Amino acid sequence: MLPFFFYTFAIISVISSFMVIFAKNPVHSVFFLILTFFNATGLFVLMGAEFLAMLLLIVYVGAVAVLFLFVVMMLNIDFNSLRTGMIKNAPLGLLIGTILLGEMIFSFIGMKYGVANKPGNELFIVLGEEENTRALGKVLYTNYIYLFQCAGLILLVAMIGAIVLTHRKRDNVKQQDAVKQILRNREDAIEVKEVEIGKGVL
Amino acid sequence: MIYPISLTHYLILAAIIFNIGIFGVFLNRKNLIIILMSIELMLLAVNINFIAFSTHLNIILGQVFALFILTVAAAEASIGLAILVVFFRSRGSIAVDDANSMKG
Repeated sequence: MLPFFFYTFAIISVISSFMVIFAKNPVHSVFFLILTFFNATGLFVLMGAEFLAMLLLIVYVGAVAVLFLFVVMMLNIDFNSLRTGMIKNAPLGLLIGTILLGEMIFSFIGMKYGVANKPGNELFIVLGEEENTRALGKVLYTNYIYLFQCAGLILLVAMIGAIVLTHRKRDNVKQQDAVKQILRNREDAIEVKEVEIGKGVL
Repeated sequence: MIYPISLTHYLILAAIIFNIGIFGVFLNRKNLIIILMSIELMLLAVNINFIAFSTHLNIILGQVFALFILTVAAAEASIGLAILVVFFRSRGSIAVDDANSMKG
């Protein structure tokens, strides 16, 4: 049963990642990217990494792909003019891609004749019988706590950077000015007028 | 004949996806959005590699590393798209060739 699931996920993910780079409309590209990530999630579950599978689903499909979708839809881009030169660049990319792929597959197939990678070093934390999420949490919050904090810092820097880059000041938008609000006193704001009967206040 | 699924199957799949990513960068030399998506594909392939080795060797370290790759990939995508939006505002296009004029 496992080969059936593996080949289903693998074939769909390869086809959809091809469609990511070949689709005429970038919106379709984003949807195919989402499909690729879905199938990668399936593969992760097959391998037994449930936590990262769900994380991939949440982070990529929920956040990054939607971000791509927003950007593609919000910017009014003439995509047809960007497609020129595709034929010209294709042979070079195909050549480099084929060579790299061939070398990778060659080395993976030949790997079993090489030196076997054996766990047992103290650096490695060997998985026990417990479930994936618990095992990951145990090392993440103890051995790798500083790296984990660094990851948080990276996300913070990315957030601040994105806001600083895209923020712009507009003149026609009313905004709250806290300093001005606080510095206002009663004498400037309120005026008591004697109103004569029968006349309005001007 | 169908072989049982081994580490090599996952590695070859990751290699194929990684190379599709590289090919996408070459093919869509002008469209910055597709280039960013190709980079995401490459990072996904790297993650598949890490997790395949991690579960094959029964060592959790690979999954910790994949988690950090995921973090950095998310940060990279957000910053890349922010730069893209700023670039589009100032140029009115996202062609990479136009970016040559940015150098000081």
